[in-house]
Amino acid sequence: MIAVLIKRMVKPQNAIIATPWLWLLIFLVLPFLFVLKISFSEPLLAQPPYDAIFRGIDDGLVTIKINLGTYFLLFEDSLYISALLGSLKIAFISTLLCLLIGYPMAYAIATAPKSWRLTLLMLIELPFWTSFLIRVYAWIGLLKANGLINATLLKLGIISAPLDILYTDTAVYIGVVYNYLPFLILPLYATLVRLDSTLLEAAADLGCRPWRQFLSITLPQSMPGVVASCLLVFIPVMGEFVIPDLLGGPDTLMLGKIMWMEFFVNKDWPLASALAVILLIVLVVPFILLRRYENKMTEDLS
Amino acid sequence: MTKRMPMLLLVLILGYVFLYGPILSLIVYSFNESKLVTVWGGFSTKWYAALLENDALLSAALLSVKIAALVASMSVILGTLTALVLVRYKHARGSASLGGIIAVPMVLPDIMIGLSILLLFIAMEDILGWPQGRGQTTIVLAHTTFAMAYVTLIVQSRLAHMDPSLEEAAADLGARPMATFFTVTLPLIFPALLAGWLLAFTLSLDDLVVASFVSGPGSTTLPMVVYSSVRLGVSPEINALATIVVALVGVSVLVAGIVLQRQERQSMAEKS
Repeated sequence: MIAVLIKRMVKPQNAIIATPWLWLLIFLVLPFLFVLKISFSEPLLAQPPYDAIFRGIDDGLVTIKINLGTYFLLFEDSLYISALLGSLKIAFISTLLCLLIGYPMAYAIATAPKSWRLTLLMLIELPFWTSFLIRVYAWIGLLKANGLINATLLKLGIISAPLDILYTDTAVYIGVVYNYLPFLILPLYATLVRLDSTLLEAAADLGCRPWRQFLSITLPQSMPGVVASCLLVFIPVMGEFVIPDLLGGPDTLMLGKIMWMEFFVNKDWPLASALAVILLIVLVVPFILLRRYENKMTEDLS
Repeated sequence: MTKRMPMLLLVLILGYVFLYGPILSLIVYSFNESKLVTVWGGFSTKWYAALLENDALLSAALLSVKIAALVASMSVILGTLTALVLVRYKHARGSASLGGIIAVPMVLPDIMIGLSILLLFIAMEDILGWPQGRGQTTIVLAHTTFAMAYVTLIVQSRLAHMDPSLEEAAADLGARPMATFFTVTLPLIFPALLAGWLLAFTLSLDDLVVASFVSGPGSTTLPMVVYSSVRLGVSPEINALATIVVALVGVSVLVAGIVLQRQERQSMAEKS
């Protein structure tokens, strides 16, 4: 029995399948079981700062101590609900802004002369290769009260007092759109460039105006790509920490920021874990949608 | 794009100004004599000199490069294996679910990867006695877990678009699967492996959030140093560092672009 099992394992195909599987099982799936476990334990002032769930054997019984208190706290304290709503609001609005800027850009690149496309795409990708932190940092210098934008506007006489943009939600929107735009443009371009052009030609032959062609043919055809690329922005932004921390103000409430604070500042690991569980639950539906639309995209394209 | 050309051109120009303006401002002000962002105090390279004397930053940069090289190499191996499973063993048991799970680290907020994998390392140390404490090893393991997903994506698309007849020819001529892989498949997918290696390297070098969770005393990475100095406000030294990063990235992307284009032209010429 065991010999057969070993022989099966040693078969190269199975070994190739098992290696990445095991890695992801250990370092991606298993960790979430620990997050779940610790979210049910009681916070302690110790190292590590949580109580064990499985107690020793007393009188021949294994006592399991599950503490739901952390979750009750999440729903009692309005801070955490506001953080969840804040994350949803910021992720939703910035995804919409990304789409409003990114769709025309992806469309322009997809309809540009063929010899230009590769260069134009590379120019979209290039900033993505520089450091994320530095790209966020660049906006601090631009947006602060005596920063480049305010100084220029003051000099031109457009405004009389510096605008307070840094440390507000507006700055967070700018930072998110700036950093996540390539994630939206690249998959959207891939969809738009492979659309069936015969329909457009037929419509044009029948006298359809360019705008109507776009609205009734291109836009509906590109919908799977639109949904997939929007989710590629929405999902990671839900847990964003660096942008709200560096560009947002004290009233910019987002889950990622609160989780970081509970973990590193308040050392409340059970609470940080419970927040991670909530975030994971919230993200399950968008993630399943993303997979479905990505599959649809590749099916449509092939 | 005949009639709509001017409007689309305008969209593109505005878009690229938005993407490159902030980076350009960083570069310009890295040569500013004055410490203030708004005041131009004349051309100076003194912030670059200050950067070279910043020992904390330099040792963090060295550690980050070391970690990134390890992460990139491990990610290429694991990512290539994953891509092989997804493309070649499409119908084998476990292949479809592997495709689903490998997509997770690419969209999962990094704060969740960081927190969850730290809790794993603590539990492992408790039960197995390994890894002892946290530092370089734990950062490499954590980074590899998300970087391998990106490598998979790149290698997967290359494998899917590969001409299968070359491998079939090798097999027909009696080459064993291993030999076929190393002499036929590997050279053909090499550009993808190189691109994947570079991407994994950059992702690791760039990561602040995951590293903050799984690093230990004495393993401060470059983004952690940059983050703590950025929190204190704008400093021209960071501008100088940013300029160096942008220059390095620009040159390597340019070189990679030229190499890939030349290869493409070569394969086009061979085909015709």
